[in-house]
Amino acid sequence: MKKISIIAGKELRGYLYSPMAYIIFSVFLVLTGWYFGSYLRQIDYNNTTIQGFLTIAGPCLLAFAAIITMRSLSEEKKMGTWELLLTSPVSDTDVVLGKFVAGLGLMIVLLILTMYYPLLLYILGGAPDAGPIWASYLGLLLLGSAAIAIGIFFSSLTNNQIISVVVSGGTLAALWGMGYAIIYIPKGFQQVVSFISFKSNFNNFNIGIIDTRSVIYYLGITVLFLYLAVRSLETGRWN
Amino acid sequence: MEQNKTGEKNSLIKVRHLTKYYGKRLAVDNISFDIGKGEIVGLLGPNAAGKSTTMRILTGFMMPTKGDTFIADCNMVSNSLEGRKHIGYMPESVPLYTDMTVRDYLDFFARLRGVPRDRARKRINEVVTLCSLEEYVDTVIGKLSRGYKQRVGLAQAIVHEPEVLILDEPTVGIDPIQVSQTRNLIKELGKEHTILLSTHILPEVTMTCNRVIIIHKGKIVAEDRMENLSAITKGSRRLRVEVKGPTDQIIRRLQRIDGVRKVSKEGNYLMVESPINIDPRGQITETIVKSGWTLLSIDSVEMSLEDIFLQLTTKEENPQ
Repeated sequence: MKKISIIAGKELRGYLYSPMAYIIFSVFLVLTGWYFGSYLRQIDYNNTTIQGFLTIAGPCLLAFAAIITMRSLSEEKKMGTWELLLTSPVSDTDVVLGKFVAGLGLMIVLLILTMYYPLLLYILGGAPDAGPIWASYLGLLLLGSAAIAIGIFFSSLTNNQIISVVVSGGTLAALWGMGYAIIYIPKGFQQVVSFISFKSNFNNFNIGIIDTRSVIYYLGITVLFLYLAVRSLETGRWN
Repeated sequence: MEQNKTGEKNSLIKVRHLTKYYGKRLAVDNISFDIGKGEIVGLLGPNAAGKSTTMRILTGFMMPTKGDTFIADCNMVSNSLEGRKHIGYMPESVPLYTDMTVRDYLDFFARLRGVPRDRARKRINEVVTLCSLEEYVDTVIGKLSRGYKQRVGLAQAIVHEPEVLILDEPTVGIDPIQVSQTRNLIKELGKEHTILLSTHILPEVTMTCNRVIIIHKGKIVAEDRMENLSAITKGSRRLRVEVKGPTDQIIRRLQRIDGVRKVSKEGNYLMVESPINIDPRGQITETIVKSGWTLLSIDSVEMSLEDIFLQLTTKEENPQ
């Protein structure tokens, strides 16, 4: 635990000292803010909801995850510093979890900043339904942690950040995008695709339903890819 | 655990039948050696001899294809996490987090290796003093020169006070003054640590180590204490002398000097060979001057590593 927090702390400090985090935070907040506001205008302010924010939050969060994880392990490989990490008395699992916790921490800060949207609705006297809002945030948290795990896994495979961000971004886009494709595919497959699509699993949270299957699905993906990242580090030792 | 099976009780580093293949390429070929507490041992060999691979396996960064390595009696394959606590390691590339300050970098590795926060703070002050980094402790590493980066790499290796130091080519790529400073520092560290360092420079071993293991193409071709290295290399010191005067007569006179083994003519120069522990330069100069000839120059020609390998490897290939 202690080792994980030492690695996560170093990682988080790295995020805060580099301009990257601030740039993505700004872009994320501008984009989601724009959607949040324009949706309310569209429905003539007849309802107080954060649906506008949620329509764009998913894809934006995936992009965020792909970008912040692209250097997590690939940069260590490229700089050779992983040779020091992996020869310190720290297990490979601790290294991967340290990276993961840092990414998750940064994402939680980002999500807390977006709570400005529902807060605004309260302050301006609306009475937004709290249930779907909390459910959506849980959904975002789960979606984001799965995406960060996937990003860390791909980052562990290469010493090239660009390859890492392109491959993990592509994978995440495919996992999200297949949710749009459901209507075009044969009935038999629809069930399967909606089960593995990031988008379909996320939609339930938006309307306030916490579906256990979706929770387990996102957690399962998170654990699976973190495990694969650990295995990828281990395999590297034997080659 | 079958520890100390060999009976060498004080070995901090033990290597047994270590073999490593990269795919089909054999990098390390069945090597075994021991390093005792307090020794400074040089792992000498040309590029691609298997030095870095051996070190990477010793530090637990890589797993061997066959064989075992032990650090402080911990098997580095089955019990690597425990063994790593005893190691300080500086890889050849001197990896650094260039966006961190020296202090943050050292603090990170100290804490990661289990040094408590307060102790780490004190210890960082000690190591920056030892490595002459006081001025730069709050500088971002990326802004330091190559020589200082090397020192940060060394400081990182000792910050958690490990018993064993493994230094891969610690003086490559830094300027001559820094090289000699680094060598002195290593000697200083040798008082408290057991050190294995790799190099492809023969004089480096002569200057810093008490024992040498020479590897070539993944095999140990020679292993001995420094004093005996001369036996391995047939112990020659070669001097190149340039004299104005009657050549044949000069050769005859020089051969009569104590410790001179052989004098031969090579172009305009005379090559004088002597055992490595005897320095006949003084007598050569005296003889030439007394005889009324003119000594133009006298240089020591280092027995190159290539010469040594040539001798060692040809010896092996022709077992007569």
